[in-house]
Amino acid sequence: MLNSGDTAWMLISTALVILMTIPGVAMFYSGLTKRENVLNTIFLSFVSFGVVSLLWFLFGYGLIFGGDISGIIGSQISSISLTALNSASEYAPTIPGGLFAIFQMTFAAITVALISGAVVERIRFSSWIIFIPLWFTFVYVPVAHWVWGGGFLQNLGVYDFAGGLVVHLTSGIAALALALVIGPRYDQKLMPHHLGYSVIGTGLLWFGWFGFNAGSALSAGNLATDAMIVTNTSAAAGMLGWMLMDRIKTGKPTLLGALSGAVAGLASITPAAGFVDIGASIFIGFLAAVICYLAVSWLKPLLGYDDALDVFGIHGVSGVIGTIGVGLFAIPSLNPALSGGGLITGSTALFTSQVIGVVTVVIYTFTVTYILASLLKKWRGLRVEREDEIQGLDINLHEETGYRLT
Amino acid sequence: MKRITAIIRREKLEDVKDALELVGIHGMTVSDVRGRGQQMGIRESYRGMDYCVDLIPKVQIEVVVDSEDLEKVIETVTENARTGDIGDGKIFITDVLDVVRIRTGERGKKAI
Repeated sequence: MLNSGDTAWMLISTALVILMTIPGVAMFYSGLTKRENVLNTIFLSFVSFGVVSLLWFLFGYGLIFGGDISGIIGSQISSISLTALNSASEYAPTIPGGLFAIFQMTFAAITVALISGAVVERIRFSSWIIFIPLWFTFVYVPVAHWVWGGGFLQNLGVYDFAGGLVVHLTSGIAALALALVIGPRYDQKLMPHHLGYSVIGTGLLWFGWFGFNAGSALSAGNLATDAMIVTNTSAAAGMLGWMLMDRIKTGKPTLLGALSGAVAGLASITPAAGFVDIGASIFIGFLAAVICYLAVSWLKPLLGYDDALDVFGIHGVSGVIGTIGVGLFAIPSLNPALSGGGLITGSTALFTSQVIGVVTVVIYTFTVTYILASLLKKWRGLRVEREDEIQGLDINLHEETGYRLT
Repeated sequence: MKRITAIIRREKLEDVKDALELVGIHGMTVSDVRGRGQQMGIRESYRGMDYCVDLIPKVQIEVVVDSEDLEKVIETVTENARTGDIGDGKIFITDVLDVVRIRTGERGKKAI
């Protein structure tokens, strides 16, 4: 039975999540790159949204949410007919089926856009456009089916409220694999050319995240409200956690650190938003900021990979922390969908299934992304010419410049 | 005639400009420049990693004056651009052979 309140909230949530990719991620990332690459960085997010928007209705939605073949993949291919989408989905019976479909589409789009942060300032634009459908088809679609569409991880009892595994872990791990295949930039300095952009981008992300997490309740009620509250407290705790780390390690809090901590808090609460209470959200957000800080400032230089904007260090690591956080702090009374609670309720089953979820998604995503990227590299090359990289991609790849000040 | 090239802090430009005007020096060319002195730049921290920013944005003022005004200009710029901290900048003085005002064709002191 359709409910107009739920439908209104989900229409708004969908629009909010769209705002997260363009301009949210696009602005956040573009402020962190060199001025010669500002447009290319925005473009990578922008074009991701366009490509995924089409793939989603051509085959993505049906293969994720339509039926099931052995827990591996959905059984419907096309969902291109609007008449077919007019009947309500079993996942969200109170809103139009098409609304559930486009809401889920926004998740796929931002996931792909997030990956671009690892390889900005050096990936060939044309190769990125080819990478998107490959990665979407062979990584996002199956993983989303496993976790959300009735696949084997869901049947194992893995819970992911709004995309800790499906969005943040897949994008973070894919970012690591892609960064390893493409190789480090000639100049690896992270010298944000305009942190103001990143502030605007983070603000839009934070704002849009209420659609992302509270929208994942798929209804307008207590669950959505709970998710909204814990989303906000986790982001705040993450911001303060990173500032504290900055203060301890370098003596001064930095704005980029505060932004990074907020994103870590938002990403880490994503899988847990509908399952945990406020205290747990503060713990999850704070812990995510501290561990992400260490991943970015210690692990990255130690291992030597060039994840340009720390997609793995922030989204990947936060995805793990939040997913495990569900296994620790989930409270069944908050969400009737839960079949059991986390470790704090004395049960180990959920914790175990969450760990299995993380390990499965990490191994699968890394392996497949690494193979796809390597094939693409062999076939047509992943990386721009050395000269183009040094001079900047805006002018060399797009014949445009971000700033024409003279 | 002398050319005074002063490289100063960006935030001191207005002070220096106003002070020069008070001592009767109006003409100047101002450009945005980047550079470093003996302290080799500053350190910045992004996401827990330290980076050395060794070319700092500065403002360069070029003024061409009659030789007798030289000390007055040097004194004015020095007083108004100084904070006492590292990075206050430098003043370079060079000889100018001649000056031509394009509009009228005037030469030398008259053209300044």
